[in-house]
Amino acid sequence: MTVRGRRLAAIFILAALPGWAPQSALAPAGDEAERIALLSWILFVGATAILLIVIAALALAIHGAEPVRRVIGSEGAIRWGGIVFPSVVLTLLLGYGLWLMREAIAAQTTPALRIAVTGEQWWWRVDYQRDGAAPVREANEIRIPVGREIDFALRSNDVIHSFWVPSLGGKLDMIPGRTNTLRLKAERPGMYRGQCAEYCGGPHALMALEIVAVPEAEFQAWLAAADARNELAEPKVAAGEKLFLSAGCGACHAVRGTQAAGMVGPDLSRVGGRRFLAAATLRNTAENLAGFITDPQVAKPGALMPPFEIFTSEEMDALTAYLGSLR
Amino acid sequence: MSAGAQMGPVTAAELPSSLPRPEGELERLEAVWKGPRGWRIVSEVNNTIIGYFYIAAAFLFFLLAGVLGLLIRLQLAAPGNDFLSQETYNQIFTMHGTVMMFLFAVPAVEAVGILLLPQMLGARDLPFPRLGAFAFWAYFVGGSVFFCTLFFGVAPSGGWFMYPPLTGARFSPGVGADWWLLGIGFIEISAIAGAIEIIVGVLRTRAPGMTLARMPIFAWTMLIFAGMIVFAFPAVILATILLELERAFDWPFFIAERGGDPLLWQHLFWFFGHPEVYIIFLPAAGMVSMIVPTMAGTPLVGYRLIVVALIAVGFFSFGLWVHHMFTTGIPARSLGFFSAASMAVAIPSGIQVFAWIATIAAGRLRLTVASLFVIGFLLIFTLGGLTGVMVAMVPFDRQAHDTYFVVAHLHYVLFGGMVFPLFAAIYYWTPAFSTRPLSERLGRWAFGLIFAGFNIAFLPMHLTGLIGMPRRVYTYPAGMGWDGLNLVSTIGAFILATGILVFLIDVISNMRLTGERGAGDIWRAGTLEWLPNHAYATRSIPRVRGREPLWQQPGLAGHVEAGAYYLPGTATGARETIVTSPIEAEPQYVMRLSRPGYAHLCAALFTAAFFLLLTVKAVMLAATCGVLAVASILVWMWNSDPPSAGDVDIGGGIVLPTYASGSISHSWWATIILLLVAAALYLSYLFGYLYLWTVGPEGWPRQTDLPSAVSAWVSLATLGASGALLAGARFVLGRDALRPGLVASLLIAGGAALAGALFIDVAGHWRSGLRPQSSGYTAMVYANAALQAQMAAAVLVTALFAVARLLAHRLDRNRRAVFDVLMLLWLYTLGQAAFGLLLTHGFPRLVAQT
Repeated sequence: MTVRGRRLAAIFILAALPGWAPQSALAPAGDEAERIALLSWILFVGATAILLIVIAALALAIHGAEPVRRVIGSEGAIRWGGIVFPSVVLTLLLGYGLWLMREAIAAQTTPALRIAVTGEQWWWRVDYQRDGAAPVREANEIRIPVGREIDFALRSNDVIHSFWVPSLGGKLDMIPGRTNTLRLKAERPGMYRGQCAEYCGGPHALMALEIVAVPEAEFQAWLAAADARNELAEPKVAAGEKLFLSAGCGACHAVRGTQAAGMVGPDLSRVGGRRFLAAATLRNTAENLAGFITDPQVAKPGALMPPFEIFTSEEMDALTAYLGSLR
Repeated sequence: MSAGAQMGPVTAAELPSSLPRPEGELERLEAVWKGPRGWRIVSEVNNTIIGYFYIAAAFLFFLLAGVLGLLIRLQLAAPGNDFLSQETYNQIFTMHGTVMMFLFAVPAVEAVGILLLPQMLGARDLPFPRLGAFAFWAYFVGGSVFFCTLFFGVAPSGGWFMYPPLTGARFSPGVGADWWLLGIGFIEISAIAGAIEIIVGVLRTRAPGMTLARMPIFAWTMLIFAGMIVFAFPAVILATILLELERAFDWPFFIAERGGDPLLWQHLFWFFGHPEVYIIFLPAAGMVSMIVPTMAGTPLVGYRLIVVALIAVGFFSFGLWVHHMFTTGIPARSLGFFSAASMAVAIPSGIQVFAWIATIAAGRLRLTVASLFVIGFLLIFTLGGLTGVMVAMVPFDRQAHDTYFVVAHLHYVLFGGMVFPLFAAIYYWTPAFSTRPLSERLGRWAFGLIFAGFNIAFLPMHLTGLIGMPRRVYTYPAGMGWDGLNLVSTIGAFILATGILVFLIDVISNMRLTGERGAGDIWRAGTLEWLPNHAYATRSIPRVRGREPLWQQPGLAGHVEAGAYYLPGTATGARETIVTSPIEAEPQYVMRLSRPGYAHLCAALFTAAFFLLLTVKAVMLAATCGVLAVASILVWMWNSDPPSAGDVDIGGGIVLPTYASGSISHSWWATIILLLVAAALYLSYLFGYLYLWTVGPEGWPRQTDLPSAVSAWVSLATLGASGALLAGARFVLGRDALRPGLVASLLIAGGAALAGALFIDVAGHWRSGLRPQSSGYTAMVYANAALQAQMAAAVLVTALFAVARLLAHRLDRNRRAVFDVLMLLWLYTLGQAAFGLLLTHGFPRLVAQT
């Protein structure tokens, strides 16, 4: 292998490492993504081989010996190279592709956990369906159990978005007026970053999400804890809640168990437990939270939340402490 | 030349025109074709001058959109960059795609066609010189204003694909989207005008003896290119009409909660958008098929296979549009079909690639700059084709779609498949039009930089996309593994730009365009565009006996230049060309061509002003310009269709008429093609109507809610009356005694009946309480009325024009091209209107729930 070849190989191996590229289709962590990654490697190798054949044919056509050029320069060469060879290769590929799709379709028939994800400008509304109880509302961070098939019911309330978590599988669009169902499964616990893949205006670039895959028991406990009322032990936290309600945050945001029941913006019932804010745009720290509340346009230009420059620094302290306590 | 079957030398007796030519003949020919000088050159209509303007304008837009591409690369060079604001970036990437596709790629290949085709086919000019000039000016003015919106921050920002609902009134309230819809819709009309010109030109103005089987591949590709425009562009024109109706009047075609569907736009857009890729690529492939045989010094290997491949691409490309929609949730079964079709289209491309390689092997390739660009094209396009097969695989596409992988793929296909051949073409054909060829030394530098820069910029993007970077993002966070790759891409983009700069230096220092003889056949090529060339094209029009006449007919250039072939002068004192039969290219009549003028120029300016003013909602001004545009067109048309000048001898004992009517005439052909455009537009509408029903049949009216059928029957009867009056007019016109007053009265009455029929239908719907704003269904009903009204308006204007010509004695039973055109237009309109009645009244009854 040449130096250049080795370097190329190194890049591809790097690409397969989730640490180097956390949103990579070449670092699969679910069976759907694994099938596609295998297909991708087959395609890369095949395409490289064909490209080399064409380059060789061209080089021989220009510089080759007379007998070789006579063969390449015939209509027969066109029929073999341009018709027979691609027909065979493409038929095989098509068969393989359809077989992969058939497998994906068959998988749809078995029951699965259903999570509704709705695209919004520019964040993700998440609803966990429960039997006999109100759905659990979340936003931007989707917790799923490892090893279980999940059906994501994808919708949109405004423009077209596309739900894409490369490590788990391919993307599927979220289209107003339709429900598209995407089945994914995480094989290993971990964080899998995803991002909106259909241009949805303004800060489309800042509409990301994280899937947190945890063991089944942990997931069940987390889901069951949704209805538990948060302890407001600390006075600062209690003051923060009062501020949250009096400043009108509840007009847009909901926190379960309080009067805040707004449906316009992301549900904040467990915002303190999330790793990121503003649709996986900002790390979830008190400082970032305060900055975002004061002026969302700084970190996320185009965000629909109005600026709240009304809070003193003590008030902001209390507010962020309260939001951070929501877990 | 080695493999070209040479024919024996032609004896003087075999030449159609005797030598020496009479004195003064050449001077008269020159005088007729002498073009206006100085600033008056804007009134010129000759294809060479318009071709220069056209190519220069297209290249200007290429440079401008290229600068936008560099701005994009600067912004993405580092994570979290704030070089461009979000809104500016969104406008820039939208404009980069839109300008490259609509203002550069399609016009550029159309321009090359307009410049080269007449010379290549042995015609003096294209059949509708003023239409070609009109198309150019409309495009240039419209395109320039459209581009300038960027400087005022009001450019569209919804992406070049303009998906609603993002581009609907609710999410894009500004005028940006309207600029796109009206500006691009208008430029598409100009592209269609050019396509009609090219089809009639290729099929009807070839040199005698140039049968279809001897036609240069470039002409084949331009013919298929223009045919594809005729069928593909109407789909996007309809889509833009519907979206503009939705934005301006709230007709909910694409609003899901009111019975519309956002996916309707995607179907219509990609039904245009995918053929568009081949519309751009085919002529470029045609250029390569001209350059390779010359540089290898041997005829193209596999000519027939290539023609079959080109036709196959033309057909296949209309069956692939859904592969842009693999991730929209369309059922797997349909995806399988479109996946197969998308792969199948790789085969014709494979045929062409191997045919070019075979031709290179059969001869000896001279490594000129043009050859280098062809080699670069072969490598880059092959890789783009291979990644194309990858994204045709549905599972792979579900990862790659809307990522930088696709950005890489489409640039390999479009830049590799179209821009590289275009550069090859510029280096190759410059000596035919410039007194000096371009520099082989600077050209090598340009090629090296462009080739290296292109690959450094776009090869890494395949990986950038697969490791998760979506398209159309104005920024990205650090730590995603994308930083280094993006920086490399940016560096590559600037190397590429340097190459373009070197090319520009070469053009500025060496290109000296002339309307007269250029540097000449320095490559020893075989096709007619390398004959000695003048403002009047060639001195005489040759008889063609093979695919490479200059190789197979020794002494041809000298004989042609001496005037020994057909039509060595002007036969009627006008600019002329020979119209030949479409397949065998046997001479049929001598067509007189229009001379420079200003009416078509005014028509273009006012049409552009009409659309642009409409965008900024200056309705009164726009209406004024619209009227002025129609008036200009009528002035322009008034002097067309000159009366017969008797029969003329073009040499070789061939005596041709100077007037033709009916299905032999060029105007009849152009009208038929125009009607195909109209039919494609209406078929797109029919698709939309039925599509909305399949998506939401519950929004369709119940049996009891349907309007009474009486108005439909009355409307249909009135259409019948209109047809009868037209038939009456035709009958009276054909009689011996000319009775212009009676014909005019019948036409006016018939036109009134047509308008009345449409009014009765719309009134019937309105009285039944149907309003276009209510639902997708009602909007579609009124959209039908709008499309019928559009055709009826064209009929009425043409009818009044015919009436005016009747009364001015410019229209009679012999000089009747205007009437023939009117009749075709009229009959089509009656048919479409009757079908519309059947659809909007019959279909809901067929499917209605009781």
